[in-house]
Amino acid sequence: MSAAIDLKGVTKQFNDVTAVKDVDVSIAHGEIFGILGPSGSGKSTLLRIIDFLETPDTGKLFFDGVEICAGTVAAGKKMREIGMVLQKPVVLNRSVANNLAYSLFIRGWDEKKIDARVDKELRRCGLSDRRRKNARTLSGGEMQRLSFARSTVYGPKILLLDEFAANLDPRNVGLLEEQIRRYSSEDPSRTVVIVTHNIFQAKRLCTRLALMWDGEIVEISDKNAFFENPRDPRSSAFVKGDLVY
Amino acid sequence: MAIEYDVVGVTLLSLYVSGCATLLGSAIGIPLGALIGLREFGGKGLIKTITYTMYGFPPVISGLVVYFLFSRAGPLGSFGILFTPTAMIIAETLLVIPLTTGITITSVSEVDKSIKDTVRALGATPRQSVLTVMREAWVGLVMAAMIGFGRCIAEVGAAYMVGGNIKGETVVLTTAIMTETRQGEFGYAIGLGVVLILVAMAVFLFLRLLQEKEML
Repeated sequence: MSAAIDLKGVTKQFNDVTAVKDVDVSIAHGEIFGILGPSGSGKSTLLRIIDFLETPDTGKLFFDGVEICAGTVAAGKKMREIGMVLQKPVVLNRSVANNLAYSLFIRGWDEKKIDARVDKELRRCGLSDRRRKNARTLSGGEMQRLSFARSTVYGPKILLLDEFAANLDPRNVGLLEEQIRRYSSEDPSRTVVIVTHNIFQAKRLCTRLALMWDGEIVEISDKNAFFENPRDPRSSAFVKGDLVY
Repeated sequence: MAIEYDVVGVTLLSLYVSGCATLLGSAIGIPLGALIGLREFGGKGLIKTITYTMYGFPPVISGLVVYFLFSRAGPLGSFGILFTPTAMIIAETLLVIPLTTGITITSVSEVDKSIKDTVRALGATPRQSVLTVMREAWVGLVMAAMIGFGRCIAEVGAAYMVGGNIKGETVVLTTAIMTETRQGEFGYAIGLGVVLILVAMAVFLFLRLLQEKEML
């Protein structure tokens, strides 16, 4: 079976800085794949490339074995099958319910179906009582839970999470992690890619991990191997918390 | 001696001409501004500079252009609209377009990049993305219309030139004030001025309420 996501020789440069260097990575269906690494190591850029928000300078992207080039109609279609949650909670200047409905509205769902689905999702993410409030009046944690629900309400096959729990309190982190586990377990073919520099979170959620360093992937291992027997000295230092960055 | 005006009629014509020019100028300028503000293309900086420079476009030049185009000997003279409210609307629309375009460029450009990224990442088509960003820039877009209306309702040069200030047909508040002042009828001119200010304030209040409306 083809991998859900397959990157071959992907490189991305911004001015004179190479953010991603010749990255090869294959992510299977059903995986919760973690990309670890210090700030500025290229993790977020790699995630943005997977979601076609950035165009790689060189390299190829394959989804289910089919090559898709950024900027094409196929890439636009694929974006509709991917959900992405950014580090900074982003909500639109409209009600909580209408933020959630937005993802369904742009997909042409009819109003009754949207209302029913929004009701269900609001209950699941614990925001039912805020449905009529402007989303910008929510707390940071609530906004991020809303962002997450908005990115998963249409059932994307691939979910990309970019430092989704940075700066959140433990309760909201716990609620979001629960949302991720539920999303993943509802359909075994769903693939989750998490970018984080939080090794504890990676340990709690991921099944396989990669360490990025200066734009390169220096190690990819199963979770247990990564934490118990890392091959690369930088992974070892990262896991032990010896790295100062 | 003061000319007897139908003040209500003159006021309504002022509102009609300024309102139509604002609507037309916004209908052209806002989509154009969104297109320029949200797309990357060569010469974008030059187009923005020209647009912002046109904020100071002299009304008499706009009047002159419309006069030339629609005068009997002009290329569009056969339409026969010179010295009608339609010609005044066209002249004032030309003044509004740079304002609504420029303010829209600024407003949509200032919408946070993370919102633009999120909308794209959620799977919005390019058209849906533009409409969503425009909605996020709502306050700025209403401001564009407000400033456009402000320019029109206060405009006198172009309105006089292409309207002709014909009593009962093309006299608007500003041209009436000018005529009365020339004739030394200051009291009457000041009275019309107060009406003009009250009308402008009422429209601005309405637009301000529209701007403040919470998006739900």
